[in-house]
Amino acid sequence: MNSKRNLLALGLSAAVLATLVGCGKKEEPKKEAAAPAAAPAPAKPDPLKIAFAYVGPVGDGGWTFAHDNGRKAIEKEFGDKVKTSFVENVPESADAERVMRDLASQGNKLIFGTTFGYMEPMLKVAADNKGIKFEHATGYKGAENLRTYDSRTYEGAYMAGVIAGKMTKSNTLGVVGSIPIPEVIRNINSYTMGAQSVNPKIKTKVVWVGEWFNPAKETEAATALINGGADVLLQNTDSKAVLQTAEKLGKRAFGWDSDMTAYGPKAHLGSAVINWGPYYIKATREALEGKWATGATWWGVKEGAIEMVNVAEDVPADIKAKVAEIKAGLKAGTFHPWTGPIVGQDGKEVLAKGVVADDKFLGGVKFYVKGVEGKVPGAK
Amino acid sequence: MNEIALLVAATFNAGTVLAIAALGLLINEKAGIVNLGAEGMMLCAAVAGFAAVVYTGNDWVGFLAGMGAGALMAAAFGVMVIWLNTNQYATGLALSLFGAGLSAFVGVGYVQAKLPPRGDYSIPFLSDIPFLGTALFKQHPLAYFALILMAAIVYFLFKSRAGLVLRSVGESPESAHALGYPVRRIRLLAVIFGGAMCGLAGAYLSVIYTPLWVQGMVAGKGWIALALTTFATWRPARVLLGAYLFGGVTMVQLALQSRGVAVSEQLLSMTPYIATIVVLALISRNPAWIRVNMPQSLGKPFYPGG
Repeated sequence: MNSKRNLLALGLSAAVLATLVGCGKKEEPKKEAAAPAAAPAPAKPDPLKIAFAYVGPVGDGGWTFAHDNGRKAIEKEFGDKVKTSFVENVPESADAERVMRDLASQGNKLIFGTTFGYMEPMLKVAADNKGIKFEHATGYKGAENLRTYDSRTYEGAYMAGVIAGKMTKSNTLGVVGSIPIPEVIRNINSYTMGAQSVNPKIKTKVVWVGEWFNPAKETEAATALINGGADVLLQNTDSKAVLQTAEKLGKRAFGWDSDMTAYGPKAHLGSAVINWGPYYIKATREALEGKWATGATWWGVKEGAIEMVNVAEDVPADIKAKVAEIKAGLKAGTFHPWTGPIVGQDGKEVLAKGVVADDKFLGGVKFYVKGVEGKVPGAK
Repeated sequence: MNEIALLVAATFNAGTVLAIAALGLLINEKAGIVNLGAEGMMLCAAVAGFAAVVYTGNDWVGFLAGMGAGALMAAAFGVMVIWLNTNQYATGLALSLFGAGLSAFVGVGYVQAKLPPRGDYSIPFLSDIPFLGTALFKQHPLAYFALILMAAIVYFLFKSRAGLVLRSVGESPESAHALGYPVRRIRLLAVIFGGAMCGLAGAYLSVIYTPLWVQGMVAGKGWIALALTTFATWRPARVLLGAYLFGGVTMVQLALQSRGVAVSEQLLSMTPYIATIVVLALISRNPAWIRVNMPQSLGKPFYPGG
């Protein structure tokens, strides 16, 4: 009896502790939010309150870091006309809905959710808060006050591939994949096709870790790829572990989502970064001016959302010129990485010569192109 | 051939983290205390070790800081379960949750931090031996420490008087108490040792293995280490082998993937736990086995004079 009561008491104290720790974490964004509103002039209208829900820590140096740079771009652009705040480490679970409702009740009028897994929670919360505008990254379900946005990360992957195709000595590239959804498979294919455009002998090995963020496993996967002969790596995961592993083992790799030069100065070939700033500024301006309307946006190099930065010095000038040419082509709309003929792994043509893949095709890529080894997990 | 050597090397490295943590936990379990807080202790040690290296640039200071963090948390746990007689399982779980939260809270500022370049740990001459050199002699010193630790624990537990006392405390604390041994203090020391080794493993993870700090980076290795002691039926040599086995499962799976062989990643990450449940079921069917290896008073509180 006594021991049972002890157990109960302990369980309770554990719960209290966990809550305390949880609260401690949540206090921070509030502090951050309070700073810019230190001296509001009485005549001005109330600032537009904007909130962000992040899946990871802002310090991940990758995905969430890039979103937070976008948030800062809003503050820089609009100054005291807006008031931004964020909540980090919001899991893709029922917690997300609670956080969204919390943000809505705090008077935020524009709320960004920055990961695919917030789709259903945001749909629910948006339906109950018609006066608030919701923006969901990488999703595909909208509502009258919920719209989606994404970036064409595959354009960055393609440019990385062009560099990798030239810099590899073993003609074998490696990719550390996260979760086998079309976005990631598309990036693996784009990386491979970019490399094949300068080096037809390219083969790509893929190792899936099944998570967005698990640095130890990403390290192990990168090691396995390098041990298997790959010498230029790309990752579609959120940490800098793959670049660091390449640095340690004397191979090359890329930064992903954010500029990662500092984490592997010798290994770093370039960073395929996402710049969320232009879209975030556009969305904020629309909300401020009352012109916000639902829809779906998919921005790339053309709109300044994707960029290949800090290309390594030892990359030959002709390759640098080719990357610049691709960028210019993407900007002008004259070049598209997914232009036929594209051949699948089995040798069958998936896109006929001269045909440019439309967004629907790109959204449903579930196959590997020729040159990628292995099988897409779960594929028959 | 070289690829196999590299696979062995990677397995050796992956197993080291598990081995050091599990060997430490073995000692406190032999003294009759289960500490389910391993994951939390490893996380706190990982951030402590990482921060120490950021400030000092010295890996060994990082290991010491990690051991200190682990030992400190274990000591707090020890006082609660040994003197206040709180339930070991609940307290351990609380410690694990607390450690996960605390490490995330303290570590916010270190997520972006960078360590000085990691060195090369090849042993001169030995690392030039074909195959064996690559497979075994290019590891960080702590990888060999795990082997020494195992040997030292075998000697301590089964050949030394102090080890005999420790085991008696885990088997029958009442008898040990009657003979005049300070049961509670011995148990506390064992718990602190377990925490220090978990701490060392956690620091190795953030300072050498990955090397970076992010929230939750131990990613279940503490739980696998806990499962290992049971899987190994509390035998030090089996703990070590089990650590390499569990470490190897992941490495083999990743190596197969990079060769285009599809293996279910999800299924393989379950294997340590499935193996442990199987072993538990097996030893529970055979009372003789339990008597030989499992500390009789594991998880039970001790009331002196009670």
